[in-house]
Amino acid sequence: MAFTLKSETLARIDEVITHYPVKRSASLPLLHLVQEEQGYISDEAIEWIATKLDLQPINVYELVTFYPMFRRHPIGRRHVKVCRTLSCALNGGYKVCEQFEKEFNTHRGEISPDGEVTIEFVECLASCGSGPVVMIDDELHERVDAAKTSELAARIRAEAKKPASS
Amino acid sequence: MPHPLERRIIFKHIDEPGYTNDLACYVRNGGYEILKKSVARKPEELMDEVKKSGLRGRGGAGFSCGLKWSLVDRKSGKPIYLVVNADESEPGTFKDRYIIHQDPHQLIEGIMITCFANRVKQAYIYIRGEFPHGARILEKAVAEARAANFVGPNICGTDYSCEIYIHRGAGAYICGEETGLIESIEGKRPYPRIKPPFFPAVLGLYQCPTIVNNVETLCHVLHIADIGGDAYGKIGTPNNTGTRIIGVSGHIQKPGYYEFECGKVTFGRLLNEICGGPLPGHTFKAVIPGGSSAKVLRFGERFKVKQKDGSFVDWGIDDIPLDFDSLAACGTMGGSGGVIVMDDRVNVVEALGNLNAFYAHESCGQCTPCREGSLWMKKITHRMVHGDARSNDGELLKSVADQIAGRTICAFGEACSWPTQSFVQKFPDDFKAYPEAKKAAGGKALPLV
Ligand SMILES: Cc1cc2nc3c(=O)[nH]c(=O)nc-3n(C[C@H](O)[C@H](O)[C@H](O)COP(=O)(O)O)c2cc1C
Ligand code: SF4
Ligand code: FES
Repeated sequence: MAFTLKSETLARIDEVITHYPVKRSASLPLLHLVQEEQGYISDEAIEWIATKLDLQPINVYELVTFYPMFRRHPIGRRHVKVCRTLSCALNGGYKVCEQFEKEFNTHRGEISPDGEVTIEFVECLASCGSGPVVMIDDELHERVDAAKTSELAARIRAEAKKPASS
Repeated sequence: MPHPLERRIIFKHIDEPGYTNDLACYVRNGGYEILKKSVARKPEELMDEVKKSGLRGRGGAGFSCGLKWSLVDRKSGKPIYLVVNADESEPGTFKDRYIIHQDPHQLIEGIMITCFANRVKQAYIYIRGEFPHGARILEKAVAEARAANFVGPNICGTDYSCEIYIHRGAGAYICGEETGLIESIEGKRPYPRIKPPFFPAVLGLYQCPTIVNNVETLCHVLHIADIGGDAYGKIGTPNNTGTRIIGVSGHIQKPGYYEFECGKVTFGRLLNEICGGPLPGHTFKAVIPGGSSAKVLRFGERFKVKQKDGSFVDWGIDDIPLDFDSLAACGTMGGSGGVIVMDDRVNVVEALGNLNAFYAHESCGQCTPCREGSLWMKKITHRMVHGDARSNDGELLKSVADQIAGRTICAFGEACSWPTQSFVQKFPDDFKAYPEAKKAAGGKALPLV
């Protein structure tokens, strides 16, 4: 299948390239835009971005393999990122992560059997004073304890039953 | 409500009911008046105010802001760039987040004054990828400021023009290191550059002179332009001027963010009075005073500190004033202002194991001592916690750490070895006794690794 992007995404891509005197600088913004639309960075996406920015595919590939936020494969419908680092861990971050794994019968880094979530540990999210913190997609949740974990898991499941909004 | 011992300048409006992050609210509160006045002045005057203020960078190293600006190569004829470090990734640090989310125009006004003072025509805000809302808020704020003629062509009706763009990172801590950050904006892996020759002030972004400043630092510039360098220099203490935002996290009654005049509040008052002391039934064991890289302090240790007049004082942790110089004199650093508190439940081997996992994950891999050393330190503490622990593991850890610092391209080498060096030095008995302590805990300890 040919590589296609929505016209809004293409417009944003053309706009963002103008922000820099050197096209290559737009690699990260383009990777973000493509991943936001497609969920991950495919081989075709790497080729497409490289061509768009007059680069070699390796120049894009080496970014995807270095920067933790970019992924080569699809993940669950919701992305649950639990902060692993010290301030959160001191207040129970590891337990929160374990509980999420149990709630969805899955392991960190895998897609849950129902396809709903991918749970991951991430490093400090710069909200250490209100830890443990969890990011679900773009949303930050603070002071997450056992009760709040159950509540968040229930909310994810409830939202899964509703038809997608877009 | 801020604590009575606080003095909020940068965080004046943070959490204020009814204060919103849009332009109208900012302007209602006097916003952009300082920019208007500043663009009517000579850029040199503004640079001079910053020099006189004694402002030191709030991103970690505490480097003089005025001096940094004065090192910029202005003779090359190349454009000068400003890069705003909004990567905020040092564990324990959470301050820039609130400026970005709740008061973005304060940052933008500080950026524009800095750009005007340094004749910068293009600024980039490098914001960590995990702040997606923050990036959208900044984009909206810049658009509002542009529409109101505070950013873009002919600012405030003058012939001065300057653009700001937002650039998102993608989850790598090393992008906070200024030359790694520059590589990242250039669209490459964020491999820090070797200095010399790649001092950003001379060979920075696109090999042009570049100023890299932290978000909080640039907000201070705004207030310096407002009240003048001399008046600002009277806030805080000599050589540690202005206010500073301190974030407290971990085992403490009232974690959160506070803003104080530098050096006017001691660690004791911060932890016991302002933050309410340890959690019920516990006592403090250790504290990391300036982001996870800062060397740990052990409660009970004493510091012999030389005063300006040559005499010595004998301090406990509680007596240390919260400023750059006092913490440096106690063998650690004020760093990024992130204070992580650990109480008597914590086994320091496990706390170190948590940090070692962070550094092993974040090393960029360019330098062998850092790449291999951070990994081995992680492997050793991980084995101690989850496998066999040996009574001489502390020495083994130290021997690895001692071979990293000073042998690498960037300061990450120090950042990753200081936790191990200081934990082992301050708590030698805990490392020796770890095998028994682990058995006694019987797997009931709070998991940290
Ligand atoms: C490994 C490493 C990570 C860093 N991370 C950050 C960061 O997240 N934010 C920041 O402002 N400075 C960070 N710094 C410091 C920057 O390199 C630089 O000194 C700072 O942005 C300068 O701004 P300032 O002078 O205004 O403090 C880091 C430094 C190192 C060595
Ligand atoms: S010290 Fe570490 S993080 Fe810094 S350049 Fe070397 S390998 Fe990379
Ligand atoms: S340690 Fe979890 S947000 Fe910083």
